[in-house]
Order: sequence, then C-alpha cells, then structure tokens
Amino acid sequence: MNNPLKYLGRLLPGARSGGRAQPASRHSAAGAGWRCLFVTGLLAWAGALRAAGIEVVDDRGVTVRWDAPPQRIVTLLPSLTETVCELGQCARLVGVDRYSNWPASLDKLPRVGGGIDPNVEAIVALRPDAVLLAQSSRVIDRLEGLGLKVVALEPKSHADVQRVLGKVGQVLGVDAAQSQRVWRHIDAAVSAAAQSLPARVKNTRVYFEVNRAPYGAGTSSFIGETLTRLGVQNIVPAHLGPFPKLNPEFVVRANPDLIMVGDRNFEGMTQRPGWRGIRAVREDRLCVFPDAESDVLVRPGPRMAEAARLMARCLQDKAP
Amino acid sequence: MSPGNSAAAHPAAMAPMPRPVTRALSLAVGLVLLGGVLGVLGLGVGSTGLEAVWTMLADPVAAQIVWDIRAPRTVGAFAAGALLGLAGAVAQGLFRNPLADPFLLGSASGASLGVALALAGLGVSPFATQWVVRLGLTGAAFVGAVLAVLLTLALARGVQHTLRLLLAGVVVGVVLGAITSLVTLSVPEILQAMQAFMLGSTGFVGWASCLLMGGIGFVCLLLAWGLSRVLDGLALGEATALSLGLPLVPLRAALVGVLALATGTAVAQTGLIAFVGLAAPHLVRAVVKTTHAWLVLLASLMGGVLLMLADTLARGLMAPQELPVGVLTAVLGGGYLLWLMRRRVG
Repeated sequence: MNNPLKYLGRLLPGARSGGRAQPASRHSAAGAGWRCLFVTGLLAWAGALRAAGIEVVDDRGVTVRWDAPPQRIVTLLPSLTETVCELGQCARLVGVDRYSNWPASLDKLPRVGGGIDPNVEAIVALRPDAVLLAQSSRVIDRLEGLGLKVVALEPKSHADVQRVLGKVGQVLGVDAAQSQRVWRHIDAAVSAAAQSLPARVKNTRVYFEVNRAPYGAGTSSFIGETLTRLGVQNIVPAHLGPFPKLNPEFVVRANPDLIMVGDRNFEGMTQRPGWRGIRAVREDRLCVFPDAESDVLVRPGPRMAEAARLMARCLQDKAP
Repeated sequence: MSPGNSAAAHPAAMAPMPRPVTRALSLAVGLVLLGGVLGVLGLGVGSTGLEAVWTMLADPVAAQIVWDIRAPRTVGAFAAGALLGLAGAVAQGLFRNPLADPFLLGSASGASLGVALALAGLGVSPFATQWVVRLGLTGAAFVGAVLAVLLTLALARGVQHTLRLLLAGVVVGVVLGAITSLVTLSVPEILQAMQAFMLGSTGFVGWASCLLMGGIGFVCLLLAWGLSRVLDGLALGEATALSLGLPLVPLRAALVGVLALATGTAVAQTGLIAFVGLAAPHLVRAVVKTTHAWLVLLASLMGGVLLMLADTLARGLMAPQELPVGVLTAVLGGGYLLWLMRRRVG
C-alpha cells in the first residue's frame, strides 16, 4: 500500500533529506519549492487512487463517477433496494420508493413516491449521493439536472440479477469478491431447490399467470427461467416473449397440470369459460400465493432463491 | 339553365332513389348476414389461428373450446357491441350531438373506479375480499357505472338541461378517472389488469354473460324503439319537441335510463371498448337516412357486427397472443368512418 510513497522518496532525494540545513542559493531554494509542490501533487494523486475513485457504467451506457463510495443512497425500485440490503449495505439507504417492502428494517425510512411517480423534491431533500432506479423511470433527467448522481439499472433475467449485484456492489464500493460470493450463494440455493424436487415432478406442465388480463410468464421471462431451472415445463413457449397477453383459450388447450397465480389475480379464475376442464383446475392443482410471496416471485432480485423455494414447495405439494 | 341540364349534371338524381325503408331493411338484412358469417368464422378462429371446426369437434377438449369458449365469446361480442351501438344511437339523439358516445354520462369512469376498487380490495382484509368475491369484478363495474350516472344526474339536477347534463357527465368522468388513477398508483399490482380493462376484452365472456347481455339488450332495444319518437322530436329542437306535445322530462329520464343500463351492462362484461358506440350510428347514417326507430335497431346490429369483427381479428392476428379488442375497434371503426367522410367530400 505504501509502495508508491517509498518509490517516490527514492526518486526525490531532496524530499528525503528532511531537516538538514544546506547553504542554499536563491535558485536552489526555488527548486526545492517546486519539488515540494510536485511531491504534494503526487501524494494527492496517490491518495485519490487509494480512496478508489469509483466509476460505474449503468444500463444506459452512462458513466457515473464518485471520489469516494456514496454513503447516502436512494433506491426507486424494490429489486434494487433488496440488492443493496443483500450486499449488507442497508444502513446506507436514506430513502426508498413506496413499493420497497423488504427487509422489514426499511419501514423507518422515508418513502419518496413510486418508480412511476417519484417525488423529486423529497429525493433532493434527502441529499443522496447516489440514486438507484429503473431505466424506464421518467425522473432520470430531472434528477441529473438537479445535480444528483443517477444509476439506472434494470434487472429482468437471472443473468441481470448477477450483473446488477456486481454493479450495485461497485457503486457501494463493496469488494467484488463479496458480490460474487452473494451471487454464488443465491445460485446455489436455486440449484438446491431444484435438487430437492422428486423425479416425478420433473415433467409437470406449469402455467404461471402474472395477472388476470391474462398475461402469462413465458419461458424467456425471469419467472420462466426459474421454472426451467426447477426442471418443469412451461406451457408458454419462449417465442411469445417474456410476458405475452394470451388468449385464455390457449391455456385451456395447453391443459397445464398445475397453475401458479397470485392471490390478487386468482379470484374468478376457475369460473372463466371452459377453465373447469383444465387438469390443474379439475384436480385442484392450484398454487395461490399470498401477496408477500407474490412480491418475492415477480421481482427479479436477490430473493430469487426464495422464489425458487416457494415454487419448489408448490410443486411438491401439488404436482401430480 | 334547363331542367334537363341539371339532371345531366347529377346523374344519380336520374335513378329512382330506393325508399329509405327499403334501404334500411336491406342494410339490416345485410348486417344480419354478415353477422352470421362472422359468427361461423368466430368459431374457427382461436389460439391456433384459423382451423376447421368439424375436425375440432371430434376431439373433446377442442369441442369444449368451440362450445364453451369461442361460441359464447362470439355471441357475447355481438351482444356487447349491440348494446354499445344502441347506447350510442340513444346518446347522440338525446344530446343532439354527433360526438356523443355511450360513456358520456360518466359510466365508463364509474365502471373503471368500481373495478379498480375491487381489484385493490382483494387481499386487503378478509372482509373486503369476501365482498369483492361475492360481487365479482363484473358486479363492481356495473355498480360503478350506475352510481356514476346517478351522480351525474344529481349534479345536473335532473335531465331537463342538456348542457348541464353534458357538463356534469364530463366532470364526473374526469373526477372519477382521477380517483381511479390514484387507486391504481397506490396498488401497482393492479396496473396491468386495469390497463386490460381500459382496452376492453371479450376473452372471458361465458354463456351466462351472453344471456344477461342478450336479455338486457332486448329490453333496452324495445324501450328505445318505443321512445324513438321522442328522439325524432328532439332532432328538431327542444322547442319543437315540446310543441309536439311530448312530455319531455319523464321520457328523457327513461332514455337516460336505457343509456345507462345498456352501457353499464356492456362495460361490466367486456370492459371499456372504445369507439363502437360512437361509430356505429354514424356508419348507419352514412348508408341510410332514416328515423330513430330504424336507427336504434340498425346501430345495434352495426355495433354488434363491428365488435364481432374486431374480436375475431383480435384472436386471430397474433395467435395465441391476443390484441386488445378496443384497439381494433378504434382502428376498424375509425378507419372506415374516415374513408366514408373522404368519399363523401370527394
């Protein structure tokens, strides 16, 4: 760590000679002054290097810089809030959006609106040195115009969760190794959830309804990726995109063995025309997740291991 | 200028004009036939694109899809479209305004608020959930639509003043819309479901809904037909209508009742389907100039056929994904109307 300084000392003997007085001409005195200034500059430069001036490229491709790791952070997306906390830096959060509800320790923090309708004034009043938000947020330009440092990150897939963990870790000045460790832990837990399933579950054909429009979770979605890792089949093929709006008749025809749906969207599902004939409905193979669990399932964030465990539990209880 | 010259300049005037009743009758027959064709087509179009119905009937699952999903959905689309077309014709006659549509008295925003509250109420407390489940989203939408119209009537202090009624309807629409946005923002989980409701969908219409819409549609049509003389009288201006000896206040109240009932029923079952109610009467008028007795019938048929067409396309164009049917009604109805307008100008 001190290497640069030692090296510097060797380079500049005058700096090392310290207090010993020398008969000096005006010229050499001026030379010493310059040398001194040079040393101070180099020292300052080395200092800046040591304090690890931070540079992060966010999802917009914008490079954001800090001289020191930011200590006052506002997040406007629940999955980003969860990522910060998962990295053990919850204490640095000074404000979150109104939908961030995990971990419970956030309850005491001020709410600064939602991702769609954030309260710019409230955010600025918190004097954050970093604002983490989704790329789609309308508030980015406004906040940057007000001189705040904004990092737009939008996790949408398993790979994104890993990437965002790394990026948020960089912003927070967390050791890269630690971010990696957190990711490996999550990844291993998902694998463990998959391995906990008995072989009979493997070919279950699952329909995950995201909401009652109906939008289904496709194979290429975050939820679909988890289902794939659990080794079950998804009735919504990848080519339809992550969250396609389906014709309800498609689900009847696909005849899934099991349906996963949030409590909020379940009401009336079995009364839809023709849905009584679906195997999952006929044999009551329906996993209806309460709100708190739905949050875990639909957020592409560090709780994806818990999501995998919830799905695995559902499959164990209800799969044929 | 001799009469001969003028006739030569307008060759159309030389041909004997068919009587309006004949034209109206032939339009009605044409629409029924078109509806029949679309109905048969509607049985064959679904999540796999167009397929033969008779091969599907051999497979029990496919047969169930045809009879329990596609058939009620197709019939329901017709019924909902007819209700909206009827309501549009009544609204345009009642307010003597070509821009009037069925949602004018605030029923659309009332229904949205009802649905938003119901969706938000799900899972808030066991009590609220129990009520929502008992009422259902359809019930919530209907109650919302009717309450909104009653609120409009209360604000307008009755039905005497057309302008006051219109303004009250606009105010109620805007305010309830704002409250709906507020509810939706505070419970973001319902955002997409609300969006789907706003764009309308015929996807979940079953036989029970068809029966309900058919029954109410029939009653509304009879009422509107019976009241069509009032609409004819109003077309000449309120003073003229009064001088004809029509008891305007109770009859207008009855018409508002028909409007609210027809709109509320359609909106509750299929969501906010745009433009059918506005376009259907205009499309009819573009073909035939006739009395309101014919107009309410023809606008119903036109609305029904329009929504059936939109529904069939919504299912088929991107199968197995579905387009929001409201988007298609706007494109189809709007496009056709524009074409008619341009042709007339030309």
